[in-house]
Amino acid sequence: MARKPETDAATGVATTGHEWDGIRELDNPMPSWWLYTFYASIAFALIWMVFYPALPFVRGLLGNTARGDLAAVMATEQAKAAPMLARLRAATPEAISADPELRAYALAGGRIAFANSCAGCHGAGGQGAPGGFPSLADDDWLYGGSFEDIRTTIRHGVRNGEDAEARGTAMPAFLQAGLNMAQISDLADHVLSLASTGPANPAGAALFTDNCAACHGDRGEGNRAVGAPRLNDRIWLYGGDKPSVMRSIAYSRAGVMPAWEGRLDAAVINMLTVYVHALGGGEQ
Amino acid sequence: MKRFTHALIEKNLIILGVLTLLTVAIGGLVQIVPLFLVETTIERVQGIRPYTPLELMGRNIYVREGCYLCHSQMVRPFRDEAERYGHYSLAAESMYDHPFQWGSKRTGPDLARVGGRYSDDWHAAHLRSPRALVPASVMPPYAFLDRPIEAEEIKAHLRAQRAVGVPYTEEMIAEAANDLAAQATPEADAAGFVRRYPNARQAAFDANPRVVTEMDALVAYLQMLGTLVRFSDVAPDQLRQP
Repeated sequence: MARKPETDAATGVATTGHEWDGIRELDNPMPSWWLYTFYASIAFALIWMVFYPALPFVRGLLGNTARGDLAAVMATEQAKAAPMLARLRAATPEAISADPELRAYALAGGRIAFANSCAGCHGAGGQGAPGGFPSLADDDWLYGGSFEDIRTTIRHGVRNGEDAEARGTAMPAFLQAGLNMAQISDLADHVLSLASTGPANPAGAALFTDNCAACHGDRGEGNRAVGAPRLNDRIWLYGGDKPSVMRSIAYSRAGVMPAWEGRLDAAVINMLTVYVHALGGGEQ
Repeated sequence: MKRFTHALIEKNLIILGVLTLLTVAIGGLVQIVPLFLVETTIERVQGIRPYTPLELMGRNIYVREGCYLCHSQMVRPFRDEAERYGHYSLAAESMYDHPFQWGSKRTGPDLARVGGRYSDDWHAAHLRSPRALVPASVMPPYAFLDRPIEAEEIKAHLRAQRAVGVPYTEEMIAEAANDLAAQATPEADAAGFVRRYPNARQAAFDANPRVVTEMDALVAYLQMLGTLVRFSDVAPDQLRQP
């Protein structure tokens, strides 16, 4: 209940006039440090509104925008990196790798670019993943492991339909191309025997010569020009068990990699090339 | 003359009512006026088109599964985000999003520009079993998306989008079911689809061209995110917001 405010006898301070079950509240003023901070924050807000965007259609005297801030920061940072990036852009990956200063820079920058753009498929350490995501840390290359081969693959990608120079050819799906499942089973046996993981299959060997050897080679040694994987080792893109091999023959496989030219700066692609080359299997 | 005090306002019903109305009106205007001005914030860039029926169904699955709870779709204008994800998101890129999927939490990475960064195979394999490809991932598996899509009501979805401002034509709505199937079937005759949705990609997104699955729809949606605007062709002036 509100009453007429009265003075508290013990402290000499006025009360608020409110009373709850005999308890009355003193009407002490707020601490002055608090009050002046409050006034200062109001003043700060008014000054802010003059200089920065706070009201509709009013940019403020500084004309500040988040997008403008970003452009300024990027310009500053790019200017800092520009001399080194220009050198990395102009040099070939081979020359970068030979120059200790450029190589250190390329490996550090390549590691970051790899983590952001490549690790999703090829793994954080380039170890690859089953299901058509090749390891980059071994010496088994689909399209070649020289500096120039790696750079070409990164620039144009594989079977992506967005880059006319993308790598990769289409393997036929042999179930549609005239083979039946019994023949495909024989072929799979022969493919496994090439990798010394199964017994020989003469029928499969004949089918292999007719259908597969043109791209994969007589002994399954592969052909990098068309991206036909080497079959006479135990490195498998899609699994080395018989059902997986039969599936590959019957329905074909066609891994896709995006083209990174246009997405990434030429200097970044060069750094990535040097980094991937150094992961374990780079060829001269 | 009586002083104009707090006690006076509390004790006078008319003054209290008028001042309350005034306060609420200011609050309401601050919230409502920007809605009428939202058009002015949209940048004049080329390439933005409505979602194809398949992408729209994929987007519905994205919403249904709550992907936005862990993935944002908003590249903010900061240097670290520009370096990692690419160009900051434009208002124009969300103009046909109802509701928008900007999100506010990044347990996983931002997806505003994920389109084209991975292969279709990768997306399907990763959705089925995220940790098979990214060992440190905490994303749940979505292997159940390999089921036929229920899209009988696709026309109603397009109509609902049109009701809130997406420019679907009568033809697009009439052909929605065909367009949905055509986009997920590379061999299909798709002259009409390509004409209605320029730059939309036709593919067997989950590597199975015989059935249109929820996986097809979600991968089709993910693969077009952030790809409509070609930033190499955009002049700085086109990005200016009045």
